[in-house]
Amino acid sequence: MASKIDNLLAFHHQALSLRAHRQQVLAGNIANSDTPNYKARDIDFASALKNAVAGRSGEGVALARTSDRHISAGAGGGPAPLLYRKETQASVDGNTVNMDVERSQFAENAIFYEAGVSFISGKLKTLMSAVQGQ
Amino acid sequence: MSVFNVFHIAGSALTAQSARLNAVASNMANADSVAGPDGKPYRAKQVVFEATAMGGGAAQGVRVRQVVEDASPPRMVYDPRSPSADAQGYVAMPNVNPVEEMVNMISASRSYQTNADVMNTAKTLLLRTLQIGQ
Repeated sequence: MASKIDNLLAFHHQALSLRAHRQQVLAGNIANSDTPNYKARDIDFASALKNAVAGRSGEGVALARTSDRHISAGAGGGPAPLLYRKETQASVDGNTVNMDVERSQFAENAIFYEAGVSFISGKLKTLMSAVQGQ
Repeated sequence: MSVFNVFHIAGSALTAQSARLNAVASNMANADSVAGPDGKPYRAKQVVFEATAMGGGAAQGVRVRQVVEDASPPRMVYDPRSPSADAQGYVAMPNVNPVEEMVNMISASRSYQTNADVMNTAKTLLLRTLQIGQ
Protein backbone atom coordinates (compact mmCIF):
# COMPACT_ATOMS: atom_id res chain seq x y z
CA MET A 1 0.00 0.00 0.00
CA ALA A 2 2.89 2.33 0.79
CA SER A 3 4.19 2.01 -2.74
CA LYS A 4 0.75 2.85 -4.11
CA ILE A 5 0.66 6.04 -2.07
CA ASP A 6 4.17 6.67 -3.31
CA ASN A 7 3.04 6.26 -6.91
CA LEU A 8 0.07 8.50 -6.30
CA LEU A 9 2.27 11.35 -5.10
CA ALA A 10 5.46 10.70 -7.10
CA PHE A 11 4.55 12.94 -10.03
CA HIS A 12 3.60 15.89 -7.82
CA HIS A 13 6.69 15.36 -5.75
CA GLN A 14 8.90 15.64 -8.85
CA ALA A 15 7.00 18.66 -10.12
CA LEU A 16 7.24 20.41 -6.76
CA SER A 17 11.00 19.90 -6.43
CA LEU A 18 11.53 21.18 -9.96
CA ARG A 19 9.38 24.23 -9.22
CA ALA A 20 11.44 24.89 -6.08
CA HIS A 21 14.65 24.54 -8.10
CA ARG A 22 13.38 26.94 -10.75
CA GLN A 23 12.30 29.42 -8.07
CA GLN A 24 15.88 29.48 -6.84
CA VAL A 25 17.29 30.06 -10.33
CA LEU A 26 14.85 32.92 -10.94
CA ALA A 27 15.71 34.47 -7.57
CA GLY A 28 19.35 34.38 -8.68
CA ASN A 29 18.44 36.28 -11.85
CA ILE A 30 16.56 38.95 -9.90
CA ALA A 31 19.42 39.26 -7.39
CA ASN A 32 21.89 39.80 -10.23
CA SER A 33 19.86 42.37 -12.15
CA ASP A 34 22.66 44.94 -11.65
CA THR A 35 25.68 42.66 -12.00
CA PRO A 36 27.84 43.45 -15.05
CA ASN A 37 28.17 40.59 -17.58
CA TYR A 38 25.65 38.38 -15.75
CA LYS A 39 23.61 36.22 -18.15
CA ALA A 40 20.06 35.32 -17.11
CA ARG A 41 19.51 31.56 -16.65
CA ASP A 42 16.42 29.39 -16.62
CA ILE A 43 15.44 25.74 -16.97
CA ASP A 44 13.11 24.20 -19.56
CA PHE A 45 10.48 23.05 -17.09
CA ALA A 46 8.49 20.77 -19.43
CA SER A 47 11.46 18.69 -20.59
CA ALA A 48 13.00 18.69 -17.11
CA LEU A 49 9.77 17.29 -15.65
CA LYS A 50 9.57 14.70 -18.44
CA ASN A 51 13.13 13.60 -17.64
CA ALA A 52 12.50 13.55 -13.90
CA VAL A 53 9.37 11.39 -14.27
CA ALA A 54 11.22 9.03 -16.60
CA GLY A 55 13.93 8.75 -13.97
CA ARG A 56 16.66 10.44 -15.96
CA SER A 57 18.83 13.09 -14.38
CA GLY A 58 19.04 16.25 -16.41
CA GLU A 59 22.77 16.69 -15.98
CA GLY A 60 23.85 14.23 -18.66
CA VAL A 61 27.20 12.50 -18.35
CA ALA A 62 29.11 12.25 -15.09
CA LEU A 63 32.68 11.05 -14.59
CA ALA A 64 33.14 7.59 -13.11
CA ARG A 65 35.23 7.55 -9.92
CA THR A 66 37.51 4.55 -9.48
CA SER A 67 39.19 5.91 -6.34
CA ASP A 68 37.97 7.84 -3.34
CA ARG A 69 40.61 10.46 -4.00
CA HIS A 70 39.17 11.35 -7.39
CA ILE A 71 37.30 14.62 -7.63
CA SER A 72 33.73 14.18 -8.79
CA ALA A 73 32.88 16.15 -11.91
CA GLY A 74 30.01 16.62 -14.30
CA ALA A 75 26.77 15.87 -12.49
CA GLY A 76 25.75 17.80 -9.40
CA GLY A 77 24.58 21.14 -10.77
CA GLY A 78 20.96 20.38 -10.01
CA PRO A 79 18.00 18.39 -11.25
CA ALA A 80 17.80 20.14 -14.63
CA PRO A 81 20.24 21.61 -17.16
CA LEU A 82 20.57 25.37 -16.86
CA LEU A 83 19.94 27.23 -20.09
CA TYR A 84 20.55 30.86 -21.01
CA ARG A 85 17.62 33.15 -21.58
CA LYS A 86 17.25 34.72 -25.02
CA GLU A 87 18.15 38.38 -24.95
CA THR A 88 15.57 40.93 -26.08
CA GLN A 89 17.32 44.22 -25.40
CA ALA A 90 21.07 44.44 -25.12
CA SER A 91 22.43 46.21 -22.07
CA VAL A 92 25.66 48.22 -22.12
CA ASP A 93 27.24 46.27 -19.24
CA GLY A 94 26.58 42.84 -20.82
CA ASN A 95 23.77 41.96 -18.39
CA THR A 96 20.85 40.08 -19.97
CA VAL A 97 18.38 40.16 -17.06
CA ASN A 98 15.03 41.60 -18.15
CA MET A 99 13.34 42.55 -14.90
CA ASP A 100 9.77 42.37 -16.29
CA VAL A 101 10.29 38.85 -17.63
CA GLU A 102 11.97 37.67 -14.42
CA ARG A 103 9.31 39.13 -12.14
CA SER A 104 6.46 37.63 -14.14
CA GLN A 105 8.18 34.23 -14.39
CA PHE A 106 8.87 34.32 -10.67
CA ALA A 107 5.23 35.07 -9.85
CA GLU A 108 4.02 32.42 -12.31
CA ASN A 109 6.36 29.82 -10.85
CA ALA A 110 5.20 30.66 -7.33
CA ILE A 111 1.56 30.13 -8.33
CA PHE A 112 2.37 26.79 -9.97
CA TYR A 113 4.24 25.77 -6.83
CA GLU A 114 1.18 26.58 -4.71
CA ALA A 115 -0.97 24.68 -7.19
CA GLY A 116 1.31 21.66 -6.76
CA VAL A 117 0.99 21.93 -2.99
CA SER A 118 -2.80 21.99 -3.19
CA PHE A 119 -2.82 19.00 -5.58
CA ILE A 120 -0.89 17.00 -2.99
CA SER A 121 -3.21 18.18 -0.21
CA GLY A 122 -6.23 17.17 -2.33
CA LYS A 123 -4.81 13.69 -2.99
CA LEU A 124 -4.14 13.24 0.72
CA LYS A 125 -7.69 14.35 1.55
CA THR A 126 -9.04 11.81 -0.95
CA LEU A 127 -6.99 9.10 0.71
CA MET A 128 -8.16 10.15 4.15
CA SER A 129 -11.83 10.01 3.19
CA ALA A 130 -11.27 6.56 1.61
CA VAL A 131 -9.61 5.37 4.82
CA GLN A 132 -12.30 6.78 7.09
CA GLY A 133 -15.12 5.55 4.87
CA GLN A 134 -17.58 8.17 6.00
CA MET B 1 15.45 22.25 0.03
CA SER B 2 16.00 24.80 -2.66
CA VAL B 3 13.33 27.25 -1.51
CA PHE B 4 15.50 27.97 1.53
CA ASN B 5 18.27 28.90 -0.86
CA VAL B 6 16.06 31.68 -2.25
CA PHE B 7 16.47 33.38 1.13
CA HIS B 8 20.26 33.25 0.84
CA ILE B 9 20.22 34.59 -2.71
CA ALA B 10 17.77 37.41 -2.02
CA GLY B 11 19.64 38.17 1.22
CA SER B 12 22.93 38.51 -0.65
CA ALA B 13 21.23 40.92 -3.05
CA LEU B 14 19.84 42.96 -0.12
CA THR B 15 23.35 43.24 1.35
CA ALA B 16 24.85 44.24 -2.00
CA GLN B 17 22.18 46.82 -2.73
CA SER B 18 22.50 48.39 0.71
CA ALA B 19 26.27 48.65 0.17
CA ARG B 20 25.50 50.49 -3.06
CA LEU B 21 23.05 52.74 -1.22
CA ASN B 22 25.78 53.40 1.35
CA ALA B 23 28.17 54.50 -1.38
CA VAL B 24 25.51 56.84 -2.81
CA ALA B 25 24.89 58.35 0.63
CA SER B 26 28.63 58.88 1.11
CA ASN B 27 28.98 60.50 -2.31
CA MET B 28 26.00 62.82 -1.82
CA ALA B 29 27.12 63.82 1.67
CA ASN B 30 30.60 64.65 0.38
CA ALA B 31 29.54 66.38 -2.82
CA ASP B 32 31.13 69.60 -1.53
CA SER B 33 33.98 68.23 0.62
CA VAL B 34 37.00 70.17 -0.61
CA ALA B 35 39.45 68.10 1.44
CA GLY B 36 39.23 64.50 2.63
CA PRO B 37 41.38 62.89 5.35
CA ASP B 38 44.35 62.83 2.94
CA GLY B 39 44.03 66.54 2.14
CA LYS B 40 42.87 65.85 -1.43
CA PRO B 41 39.33 66.49 -2.66
CA TYR B 42 36.85 63.62 -2.10
CA ARG B 43 36.48 61.18 -5.01
CA ALA B 44 33.14 59.55 -5.84
CA LYS B 45 32.99 55.89 -4.83
CA GLN B 46 31.23 53.19 -6.86
CA VAL B 47 30.58 49.57 -5.88
CA VAL B 48 31.24 46.74 -8.36
CA PHE B 49 28.89 43.74 -8.20
CA GLU B 50 29.87 40.16 -8.97
CA ALA B 51 27.79 36.99 -9.30
CA THR B 52 28.81 34.32 -6.82
CA ALA B 53 27.82 30.64 -6.69
CA MET B 54 25.45 29.87 -3.85
CA GLY B 55 24.11 26.49 -2.76
CA GLY B 56 25.34 23.84 -5.19
CA GLY B 57 26.18 26.24 -8.00
CA ALA B 58 22.77 26.06 -9.67
CA ALA B 59 21.76 29.59 -8.82
CA GLN B 60 23.95 32.58 -8.25
CA GLY B 61 23.81 35.20 -5.55
CA VAL B 62 25.52 38.54 -5.73
CA ARG B 63 28.30 40.15 -3.73
CA VAL B 64 30.26 43.39 -3.80
CA ARG B 65 33.61 42.60 -5.41
CA GLN B 66 35.25 45.96 -4.72
CA VAL B 67 34.64 49.63 -4.16
CA VAL B 68 36.35 51.71 -6.83
CA GLU B 69 37.02 55.44 -6.87
CA ASP B 70 35.76 57.44 -9.82
CA ALA B 71 38.78 58.32 -11.99
CA SER B 72 37.23 61.36 -13.65
CA PRO B 73 39.03 64.68 -12.98
CA PRO B 74 37.86 66.91 -10.10
CA ARG B 75 35.46 69.74 -10.79
CA MET B 76 37.43 73.04 -10.91
CA VAL B 77 35.59 75.99 -9.36
CA TYR B 78 36.90 79.56 -9.53
CA ASP B 79 37.01 80.87 -5.96
CA PRO B 80 40.19 82.89 -5.27
CA ARG B 81 39.14 83.68 -1.68
CA SER B 82 39.14 80.03 -0.62
CA PRO B 83 42.19 78.89 1.39
CA SER B 84 42.54 75.80 -0.85
CA ALA B 85 42.62 77.79 -4.11
CA ASP B 86 45.63 77.22 -6.39
CA ALA B 87 47.77 79.92 -8.00
CA GLN B 88 45.12 80.63 -10.66
CA GLY B 89 42.37 80.91 -8.03
CA TYR B 90 40.72 77.55 -8.83
CA VAL B 91 39.55 75.11 -6.15
CA ALA B 92 39.43 71.35 -6.93
CA MET B 93 35.98 70.10 -5.92
CA PRO B 94 34.85 66.43 -5.66
CA ASN B 95 33.95 64.70 -8.95
CA VAL B 96 30.53 63.65 -7.61
CA ASN B 97 27.77 63.89 -10.22
CA PRO B 98 24.51 64.42 -8.28
CA VAL B 99 22.34 63.32 -11.22
CA GLU B 100 24.21 60.00 -11.53
CA GLU B 101 23.99 59.50 -7.78
CA MET B 102 20.23 60.08 -7.70
CA VAL B 103 19.72 57.58 -10.54
CA ASN B 104 21.94 55.11 -8.68
CA MET B 105 19.94 55.64 -5.51
CA ILE B 106 16.56 55.03 -7.16
CA SER B 107 17.87 51.94 -8.96
CA ALA B 108 19.34 50.54 -5.74
CA SER B 109 16.17 51.12 -3.72
CA ARG B 110 13.98 49.52 -6.43
CA SER B 111 16.25 46.47 -6.56
CA TYR B 112 16.16 46.28 -2.77
CA GLN B 113 12.35 46.33 -2.82
CA THR B 114 12.20 43.64 -5.50
CA ASN B 115 14.48 41.32 -3.56
CA ALA B 116 12.54 41.88 -0.35
CA ASP B 117 9.47 40.89 -2.38
CA VAL B 118 11.22 37.73 -3.56
CA MET B 119 11.92 36.83 0.06
CA ASN B 120 8.26 37.33 0.96
CA THR B 121 7.16 35.04 -1.87
CA ALA B 122 9.62 32.35 -0.75
CA LYS B 123 8.26 32.65 2.78
CA THR B 124 4.69 32.19 1.54
CA LEU B 125 5.70 29.11 -0.45
CA LEU B 126 7.47 27.56 2.54
CA LEU B 127 4.48 28.16 4.80
CA ARG B 128 2.20 26.57 2.19
CA THR B 129 4.53 23.58 2.04
CA LEU B 130 4.32 23.18 5.80
CA GLN B 131 0.54 23.06 5.52
CA ILE B 132 0.48 20.04 3.17
CA GLY B 133 -2.05 17.52 4.43
CA GLN B 134 -3.79 19.79 6.90
